[in-house]
Amino acid sequence: MESMLHITTLHYLVLGAALFLLGVIGVLTRRNVVIVLMSIELILNAVNLNLVAFSRMWGGLHGQVFAIFVITDAAAEAAVGLGILIAFFRNKETVNIDEVNLLKW
Amino acid sequence: MAPVATPFFFYMLSGIMLIGGILVITRKNPVHSALALIVTLLAQASIYLMLYAPFVAGVQIILYAGGIMVLFLFVIMLVSIDRSMKERQFNSQWAVGIIAATALGGLFIAVFTKGKDIFPEHALPVVENDNTQQLATMLYGQYMFAFEIASLLLLVAIIGAVVMAKKRI
Repeated sequence: MESMLHITTLHYLVLGAALFLLGVIGVLTRRNVVIVLMSIELILNAVNLNLVAFSRMWGGLHGQVFAIFVITDAAAEAAVGLGILIAFFRNKETVNIDEVNLLKW
Repeated sequence: MAPVATPFFFYMLSGIMLIGGILVITRKNPVHSALALIVTLLAQASIYLMLYAPFVAGVQIILYAGGIMVLFLFVIMLVSIDRSMKERQFNSQWAVGIIAATALGGLFIAVFTKGKDIFPEHALPVVENDNTQQLATMLYGQYMFAFEIASLLLLVAIIGAVVMAKKRI
């Protein structure tokens, strides 16, 4: 009970791990590309949560700076990913990731 | 200022985040997923505030919930989702995916139970600092090069997105 009522770094890490797992499940099981991209955002957010929690644990700000860089990357990734999605939809008239199989052997 | 009722808010926000995440990966309609993701992102911004990171919380709300999610919603409006909503939502290797995710979860649990002693029992005393100012000093000082690389990355991403989405170049 004591450990439940005292929020430590580990609590934030467990929350980040749970969020990461949800993102991984989404990436591996969904067919809709839009939802796969959103699951990747979930994964990036889990990483960000860990970075900020470590930043609080060490009392420095490096983790927060890194979190800002990760957010920048997430923005770039979302822009390019959604551009690819539009190109894909124009060619195949679908948003199912199963049908991206030209390279499949 | 000393934090008030930290455990209550932590568990409440964690619950909101996890429920939002589960909704993101289970909803049929991508618009519902996007709205659930916005709820998750806002709860996470509140958690950043609990961790004394107000600037990151603001960036999270403005850039993620305000910018990236609007981009997502625009693209959902551009592509037709009617057909995919009538089809199967999970791909054929979903069982393997669940097994792999379970293995990863087991790994996380093993690491956390084995390594939980290295984390300090109590968090550091709160330093009432000017977070934004210090972050700016670091971003434009120590991390100047990384900052420039990030702006170059954004430029490349803009050009890439336009090239990808344009019909004819």
